Amino acid sequence: MKPAILEARNLAISFGGLKAVADVSLTVAAGSLTALIGPNGAGKSTLFAMISGFLAPDAGTVHFDGRLLSGLPPYAICRLGLARTFQIVQPFAAQTVRENIAVGSHLHEPRRRQALALADAVAERLGLAGELDKPAGSLTTAGRKRLELARALATRPRLLLLDEVLAGLNPQEVAGMIPVIRGICDEGVTVLMIEHVMQAVMNLAEDIWVLANGCLIAHGGPQQVTRDGAVIEAYLGKGMAARLAALDEPDAPGAPGKSDGAAHD
Amino acid sequence: MRELALIVAVLAAFLCAPWLTDSGVVLNFLIMVLFATLLGQAWNILGGYGGQFSFGHAAFFGTGAYAMAVLQTVFAVNPWLALPLAILCGVLVALVIGVLSFRYGLRGSYFALVTLAFAEVLRILANTFDFTGAGVGLQLPLREAAGNMQFADKTGYLYLVLSFVAFGLMLSWWLRHSRYGAWLSAVRDNEASALALGIDALRVKLAAIMLSAALMAAAGAFYLQYFHYIDPHIAYGPAISIEALVGAIVGGLGSVFGPLLGALVLHLLGEATRNLMGDLPGISLVVYGVVLVLIVMFIPRGLSGLFGRRA
Repeated sequence: MKPAILEARNLAISFGGLKAVADVSLTVAAGSLTALIGPNGAGKSTLFAMISGFLAPDAGTVHFDGRLLSGLPPYAICRLGLARTFQIVQPFAAQTVRENIAVGSHLHEPRRRQALALADAVAERLGLAGELDKPAGSLTTAGRKRLELARALATRPRLLLLDEVLAGLNPQEVAGMIPVIRGICDEGVTVLMIEHVMQAVMNLAEDIWVLANGCLIAHGGPQQVTRDGAVIEAYLGKGMAARLAALDEPDAPGAPGKSDGAAHD
Repeated sequence: MRELALIVAVLAAFLCAPWLTDSGVVLNFLIMVLFATLLGQAWNILGGYGGQFSFGHAAFFGTGAYAMAVLQTVFAVNPWLALPLAILCGVLVALVIGVLSFRYGLRGSYFALVTLAFAEVLRILANTFDFTGAGVGLQLPLREAAGNMQFADKTGYLYLVLSFVAFGLMLSWWLRHSRYGAWLSAVRDNEASALALGIDALRVKLAAIMLSAALMAAAGAFYLQYFHYIDPHIAYGPAISIEALVGAIVGGLGSVFGPLLGALVLHLLGEATRNLMGDLPGISLVVYGVVLVLIVMFIPRGLSGLFGRRA
């Protein structure tokens, strides 16, 4: 097993009386493409917010590359090489695509001209080259998702947290994004992605963590997780695992996952 | 580069003005336009580039003016030495207001109200203490000499305020073409995104309010030298805060030449109404209000927005 680049231990947070995340520990191996899945409201984005410093956990720690992140503000965590995207895209709408991405590349490049040139290069990689001079607010949903990814990538992270970058895209656009994400990982950036689109998760992730009601319920490779009884019940309801098993061969991989992908589009 | 050329051309035009006319009225008009430009430039840094709308920029203006006056009358400091100290005082006030409001995440109307309150508190303090002359204000003894920053004719004052405006133009241009400017615009457009991209939003906003206050304090110091008099109402009253924000918004938020355009148009309109309606008290504020409403309704990017995306 490769060494862990990210290690969360016993993370917990409550909002009022609601335990959003309870005692979650997970690791992400360096260089891997790991997915975090789970039904709506499971606490996935909250977990991301705690890892990236936007929320302070009530308990637990996060280590990035052996370094304790607790108490660090989001910008300091980003400077260490841990970048994130937002589920609800947050472009600088009035600025052009090039200027948006340059904000990311400025993290390591103080000079304006060079930062803009780096932005062009990142846009090229993500298929945004044609949109560089357009205001970010005029992009389609797919374009904004790519921009969100491009900006984060421009900060030259070692670990990238992607929060549903495929949500709201049509199947064609999803198919277009899969090689992009694969490419990012191939260049040595570790990726941890929250994703509902199971087609992408099955296609990309080598390691999957499943979160439901704030607790981790399963962990393993794609085949292993989709056969897991607890996972099937979390997505499809109590008793479904047994009924599916009775109906069908239990090792039909991906079946529950596919129905989920449709339900959450 | 075209912008830089335009900056040089505009400055040269003002530089030549005293050779084209020796009319005191015209020179006074130009000085007041440049003075209003300086106010707008100061406000534009925090409000236009930084998106933090302050209603109390008089806090920095008044502090600059009073520091300048107290240093000269009480401590007998030479005005050329007092100027940087006065600017420093304005910056320190900005640091206090900035830390207190940005540290606790105030934005939008809450930030506007807090700045307004700070300016009012300072006005009341200036009205109370003896060393600020209380309600009577401070008079600058008349000693006309360039070494005393008091000029016999208007040309000296024109060049003094022009040098501040030149600095403001360069600062504005730099904000358009630098990493710091990109950070400031990022914080304005989306603070959460800015944080996620490694930007220390608090520091960026603090730097902006301090830069903004430096120009504002310089304007206050200039005001004192030009009119030889300051009182709490002039220094910390709402009129200066309003003139600063109206000029910047009318001219175009976050643009290099916007404050200059805004100041020019507003003062031309002010002169016109004064000629048409006589010295009706407060009439210029009525005109400002009407112009502001019209601009916000019909050209929200301001006058400079009429000349391309970022004139």
